[in-house]
Amino acid sequence: MTGLRYVYAVCRPFGAPLQTALKGVAGDPPRLLSHRGLIAVVSHVPEGDFAEAPLHRHLEDLDWLTETARAHQQVIDALTAVTTPLPLRLATVFRDDSGVRVMMEEREADFLRTLDRLEGRVEWGVKVYVEREPAAPSEATAKPASGRDYLRQRRMQSRAHEDSWQRAERFAGRLHATLSTHADGARLHAPQNSALSKAPGQNVLNAAYLVPRAESEEFVELVDRTKGEEPGMRVELTGPWAAYSFVDDPADSSSVGESSSAAAGADIGEGGS
Amino acid sequence: MTVVERREVALVDLLDRLLAGGVVITGDITLRIADVDLVRIDLNALISSVNEQVPSPWGESP
Repeated sequence: MTGLRYVYAVCRPFGAPLQTALKGVAGDPPRLLSHRGLIAVVSHVPEGDFAEAPLHRHLEDLDWLTETARAHQQVIDALTAVTTPLPLRLATVFRDDSGVRVMMEEREADFLRTLDRLEGRVEWGVKVYVEREPAAPSEATAKPASGRDYLRQRRMQSRAHEDSWQRAERFAGRLHATLSTHADGARLHAPQNSALSKAPGQNVLNAAYLVPRAESEEFVELVDRTKGEEPGMRVELTGPWAAYSFVDDPADSSSVGESSSAAAGADIGEGGS
Repeated sequence: MTVVERREVALVDLLDRLLAGGVVITGDITLRIADVDLVRIDLNALISSVNEQVPSPWGESP
């Protein structure tokens, strides 16, 4: 099959074979393209779907995107089982094998440095949600007897709301600080919008931690212990992931800030076209 | 660990990583990956429009 080359990841050579039934994006099994001490994991994709114009169109098709993202992730997962891959961003496509080789040569030093930094490490995702406040106790739900009552209730409600936000921020901040000391790296993603994730509650922390594989069990236990620690907060763990969130050298990028929770819900914004 | 591994990965978690993470390389058919970030914004709008009971993204506040 001809077509374009879809590149999933770059790795150092590894001994173990990939699982045989593994299918990549567009159903083609991934193969290993070796070049000067590095390996690119590549599969063939049809030009009709992956050239620039059709790709842009497809990326806005939720079903197509879901299927492609899952196929991409499956390949990365399989790689993660046998080596430490350096994952590339979704939909990195080249004209042919020699295009892939040129890219590998151009980025060689970069790749080697990053692969060294990530070696033997995986990413864990940790999210904190504020559960919806249970309906306030009787007094607040009772019909206000007067305008003054009404205002007082409103004030109490908004105070309770603020309290729970402050508590959430403190809890998330504390958790993030603790987990960061048990990780080789930490990144904050923008909090997820509940309309997209369909997860109950409001996401206040969406973080990723780079953890040595050998210390992952401890890390998972650490996270598990915080579950149920704070009433009204839900902690969720995902992983192990390939180190998607840690491919940039921390020395190059601006470091992790504490500002991201301010962006909660800002994801959808005005984009209602 | 196994319990976590077995659960199906949520699409949003996946997109956090596949569209915001990973090494960015400009392929030789000039797929400008920066565009993917724009796609993501459109996508948010798309997903919420697919969602029948589109709740306010801002939660409870008016």
